[in-house]
Parts: sequence; C-alpha cells; structure tokens
Amino acid sequence: MTTRRAANPFIFVGCWELREMLGRSARDERQLLEAIEEVPLDSLYYHTHSFLLRHKYIAGPYPNDFATWAAIQVRDRVLGEKLGILSPYDFGNLESMRAEIVTIIADHLSRLQIIPRVIYEEPFHFMQSRIISAPTGLQAHTLPEFREVLGTVDASVIYYHTFEAILRLGKPKGDFALWVEEQLGLPELGEKISKIDPYRISLESIRGRILNLCDQFLGEGGQQK
Amino acid sequence: MSRLEAYREIAPQGSVEFLLRMAEKVQGKKIIHVNSTKLGGGVAEILRSLVPLLQSVGLDAQWEMITGNEEFFSTTKAFHNALQGQEQKIPPAMLQNYLEVNRENAKHLSLGADFVIIHDPQPAALIESRPPKGKWIWRCHIDVSQPQRKVWDFLRQFVVNYDATIFSLPRFAQRLPIPQFLIYPSIDPLSDKNRDLTPEEQQGILRRLKVSLDKPILLQVSRFDRFKDPLGVIQAYRLVKKHHDLQLVLAGGGATDDPEGEIVLEEVRQAAQDDPDIRVLLLPPDAHLEINALQRAAAIVLQKSLREGFGLTVAEAMWKGKPVIGGFTGGITVQLVYGVTGFTVNSVEGTAFRIHHLLDNPEVMTKMGQDAREFVRRNFLITRHLGDYLALMNYMGR
Repeated sequence: MTTRRAANPFIFVGCWELREMLGRSARDERQLLEAIEEVPLDSLYYHTHSFLLRHKYIAGPYPNDFATWAAIQVRDRVLGEKLGILSPYDFGNLESMRAEIVTIIADHLSRLQIIPRVIYEEPFHFMQSRIISAPTGLQAHTLPEFREVLGTVDASVIYYHTFEAILRLGKPKGDFALWVEEQLGLPELGEKISKIDPYRISLESIRGRILNLCDQFLGEGGQQK
Repeated sequence: MSRLEAYREIAPQGSVEFLLRMAEKVQGKKIIHVNSTKLGGGVAEILRSLVPLLQSVGLDAQWEMITGNEEFFSTTKAFHNALQGQEQKIPPAMLQNYLEVNRENAKHLSLGADFVIIHDPQPAALIESRPPKGKWIWRCHIDVSQPQRKVWDFLRQFVVNYDATIFSLPRFAQRLPIPQFLIYPSIDPLSDKNRDLTPEEQQGILRRLKVSLDKPILLQVSRFDRFKDPLGVIQAYRLVKKHHDLQLVLAGGGATDDPEGEIVLEEVRQAAQDDPDIRVLLLPPDAHLEINALQRAAAIVLQKSLREGFGLTVAEAMWKGKPVIGGFTGGITVQLVYGVTGFTVNSVEGTAFRIHHLLDNPEVMTKMGQDAREFVRRNFLITRHLGDYLALMNYMGR
C-alpha cells in the first residue's frame, strides 16, 4: 500500500506575497467597519489569510489582522475575541466572510455609547495581497516521497496548497488531502489531512501535523482501514 | 558557487531553492538601482548586498549613483528634513539646481532597463528623462506621512509619473494614484555587522573597547539623538539597578556634523559620570565588528526610541538571539511581536519593568531570543528582500 504510485505526481508549488498598500486606514472601529464593507476582496484575503504567510513560524495572538488590531491597538479585547473566533474555514467564499465580519462589528458597535479608537497606537492600514506562485521543481509519486519532500520545502508551499487552494482555487479540502485521496486512493488519510483547521495554527504546525499523519499511516504499514 | 548559495544554511528551509525558481521567470532582465551614495547609510548598505545577489540569480543588475554639486546636496538634505516634517526654506533657485543636476545626470547615466529602481528624493526627477521602455519604481526609505506640504507637492509631480512606489511601512506613505508596495528593509547575516564571531574575535574586540563581561550588559546602539532617548535609557537602568547588579553600555556613532548630537552626548556623559557601570562608547561609522561583538555580549538590547525610521538595529540584535525592548514607534512595532519576539514600551517605567521581568525570568529571555532569531530569519534577512524584488519584477513585468 505504501508504495502505491500515483499516475499524476504531486507538484509542489511555492508562493511569495507581494504586499500592496491601499492607502486607506481606520482610526476607530466605525471607520474599520466602513472600510471592510468597501475594500476589494483581495484586501479581505490579505487580512484574514496571508497573515499566516507573514508569520510562518509564530501564530499571532489572534488569527486575523482585524481581531489583532481591535484587541492590541484599540485595546478592545471584546471585539478582538469576537473576531478572533471567526474561522474563514466556515465560509464558502470571501464575500460571505465579509458579511459576517461586518455583522459582528456592527452588532458590537450597536451596544456601545462611544466608538472605540486608537489613541497612541497604530491605525489599521488596509493592504492587499499579490500572490506570485512558482513551481519548486519538486514532485512526489508515492506517500513516502510526498512525506520526504513536504518535510523540506519552503513554508510558502504549505500556504499555497492549503489556503490558496481552499479560497482562491475553490478546493475546500486543500491540495494535499485531494491528491492523497484521488491519486493515492487513501480516502481515510485524505480525510484526516482535510480536517486540520489551518486557521488556528502556524504553517510549520500544519506541516508538522501532516507529516505526523503520514508517519502514523506509514508506521501502521500503510494499510487503509 | 553562486553568492546566494552561501545563504542556503541561514535562510529559511527551502527558500533559496524557491528564490532560484522565482528568478527563472525574470532571467536576463536588466534592473538598475539608482541612489546618491555608495558609502554610508542604510540604503547603500542594503544595495551592497542586494545587487550582487540579484546578479547571482541571473539578472543583469547594476547600481548607478548620481553626482551633484554642494548646492544640490544642501537642497536634498533640506528635502529630507522637510519631508519628515521639519520646516525648511528652499528658494526656487535651489529647486532649479535640483532639476538641472538631475537632467545632467540623466545625460550620463545609462537608464535603459527592464526595471529602474530610484531610491529616495535625490534622483527622483530622473523620471523626466525616462526612456520609452521599462518600468520605473520610486523606492522611498523615509517617512513622508507628514511632510512640509510645499516640498511634497514639488516632489509629488515626479513621483506620480512612476509606475509604482515602494515604502518601508504603510504609515510612512502618502496617498498616490499609482500602486504602492510595502517592502521592509533587511539585514545581511553574512556582513561584518551580523556574521558569527569566534570567541577569540569577540573577546579581542570587547577587550579593546574595555567592556567586561562580569555583569549582565544592557545595551543600546544608536546615535546620540534625543529621539533615541539615551537619557530615558539611563533612567530605566537606574530603576533596575536597585535590584539587579548590571551594567549599561550606550554605543553610538559620531555626532560631529550634528550640533544637537554633541549636546545630547554631553548630557549623556553628565548623567553617567557618577556610575562606573555605565559605559558611553563613541564609535566610528565603520565599527561594524564592534557593534556585532557588543550585541552578542549583551543580555538585553534596548532601542528605546521616541521616534524611529525602521530601526534595523532591532533586527540585528534579534538575529543574535537577544531579547529586545523597544519604543513603540516606527518599524520597531513590526519587528517586536509583543511578548513573543520582544517587548514594545511607551515609558521609562515600562522599560524598567520589562528589564526586571526578563532578568527575573531567564527562561523567558532564552525563548524570546530564539523566537526573535527565527522571526528575523523569515522576515528581515536580505534573502527575503531579494524575494520581494523578484516577486515585484514578476508582477510588474507580466
């Protein structure tokens, strides 16, 4: 089973994020709300996803830029917590995630007498991602090969095949799980990989968990139950 | 062996390989960087590392420098101050001279390239002489968010003719009708300022500087400038000294061309004179190995700035695995992830509190130093900077 050879190899693609400034900022939570309603989806993507690409080693205190800004810069921990629990994993597309974020902030503001704002700290600067992808030149035909290459590639490869695949390329399970299921014929292992919630952990942790799942599977003799 | 290969063991896992792949898409493209000096300053320091790296991955990369008369550099110095908010008087004749010097340089420089990167205001007006082909990008290293309006308006007429701009932080930028990219500056881990030192090298340097290791060292490396708050550092040290036996080293560059710098240095010396555990070191501009040795010897590094540009001395110390306490300003805030890669503080008391906290918890210092080094590896090394330029060329050259 472990030596099963895929007809189509897994092609490892990496990516680099070029950061573009939109020239728009928010100094209070009302301005944040208004801007979130209007900015391009690429900006929403930047602040809720590519955060991880920028912190490949360290998962931030909150899993998206909006929550981090509210909690740390505005010192509104309540809004930080409400936005922090939001999992982009639960949304089929960025537009529905935008609607949810707007609802959360609007609901929060409706309960306050004064709009929380930054005093000494940083305004929120809206950015957008320009993701440049390039094949790494590495590929795998078998699970042991896949495991070996995955252990050595740049962390942006994990990002590309997880987040880019899910939200930009419309593959909800991500590329890794899909290939393991479809090309290696290992649905159970694919299912386990697809269940890793990537939004709560760093890219290195995602890599570690996939490697562990592969090791467990290979250690059990590579038998599909 | 290509120059980039030397970074393979230092850069994040797999990233050298990926940089080579990104470079394949722009092989043979010509890129010219233009600035106004090859000596001194952060821009020249970065280009000295970056241009050979661009060449090593297959680009035709060149570095050109504009020349000018004394009046030109007086004008651009006034630009520099005015763009950062200081009131300056720049008569029309000086502006005219600025334009003539740029036009004269355009005649001598070969500016035909796929990408032309113009650094800072000095050569910004070269855009008037751009050839029909090639993408022109203005790379601004300074904070122009609150400029003297007249000077910005003068410069803006040139900036808007570029294809894009690059700033070091979003808060340093201005509203412009062209794409604006964010690229952080970087440090070179193989330069004298950051490379590994042998124990003998380090001991020899510290001996020459007369710095002993018998007490934990608090270190701040910076010019003697009010914005770096060296007097605040001494106050914070004194608050901690009551409970911890430690020494303070304030190491900074010369202040000979800056009258206020000399006053600040004198105030620092006065404040330090009754304490043998405070060392004030005036270092020459090329004291890279000395700074390296001091940063490696320190227990905690401070950058208690009240106002700062990007503040790459923070990344330098973090790269050496040191916990850093920095003022909540400029680029320090993106380097120090609070409580993870360091602490940002807003007061003398906050600085003292965090020094206490770290000295009382050596395990926190160790972990923070490790996380800081990894954070720099991924975000502030020259290899990341190379990647940003390759990505920019891939994107702009589509």
